[in-house]
Amino acid sequence: MALEIAIRVDARNLSCPMPIVKTAQAFKTAAAGALVEVVATDPGSVKDFEAWSKATGNPLVESGVEGGVYRFVLRKK
Amino acid sequence: MTATLDIPAPVAEPAPQPAPEAEAKARDILIIDYSGDLEKVWAMMILASTAGAMGATCRVFVTFWGLQAFVKDSKRITGENWMQKMMSFMQRPGVSHRKLSKMNFLGMGPWMMGTLAKRYNVASPKELLDVALSLGVEFIPCQMTMELFGLKREDLIDGMGEPVGAATVIGLMQDGSAPLFI
Repeated sequence: MALEIAIRVDARNLSCPMPIVKTAQAFKTAAAGALVEVVATDPGSVKDFEAWSKATGNPLVESGVEGGVYRFVLRKK
Repeated sequence: MTATLDIPAPVAEPAPQPAPEAEAKARDILIIDYSGDLEKVWAMMILASTAGAMGATCRVFVTFWGLQAFVKDSKRITGENWMQKMMSFMQRPGVSHRKLSKMNFLGMGPWMMGTLAKRYNVASPKELLDVALSLGVEFIPCQMTMELFGLKREDLIDGMGEPVGAATVIGLMQDGSAPLFI
């Protein structure tokens, strides 16, 4: 079943901390329960998104990499 | 079972906002921004904006050379007396005019850092400052430093908190803020 993505964040080619910053800004506009998809090319973002999810309590639903692009799906709590 | 529901009394007014310096919680972040060197201001801005992005309450106490980075970029000479004016002449204030502590080489080092940062899409200290402010990071100027350098509130960037002193900073640490001195 395909997930209903409410907001897509393109953080490709951005360095730390901007992928996290852009995600936090997108979450401000997201409704509770909405899914936010982030694509990034920063290899550090894998650990960073785990940490961000843990700190903010917004669950990381999906995490993967394809062709050097990291993809994260997070749900707003 | 008796139907005694706890209905909260209607709230007449929203709860007053706590003063910024009052009652830090454990897990709050407190950065003491002491250095005005480009590389340290940059590191501080990265950590402050990330703390804001992670939903943490982050306060930055801006003191000594750190405060030079919070003077408006457009200000060239600040201060009341000739020594204060001379100090701002010798070291141009503003977040966009920081010098490297090493390899400054008459501005060549910072220029290369800025060029490399653009090439590798690293946000500049100025961009990170705007991000941090938009994410609710509170930058608090040091009252004593303002007096020492003859800085007025209108010399400093918009959106900073009320100037405070060292006792407030120690109080925040005692309340459980994680402290960091840069």
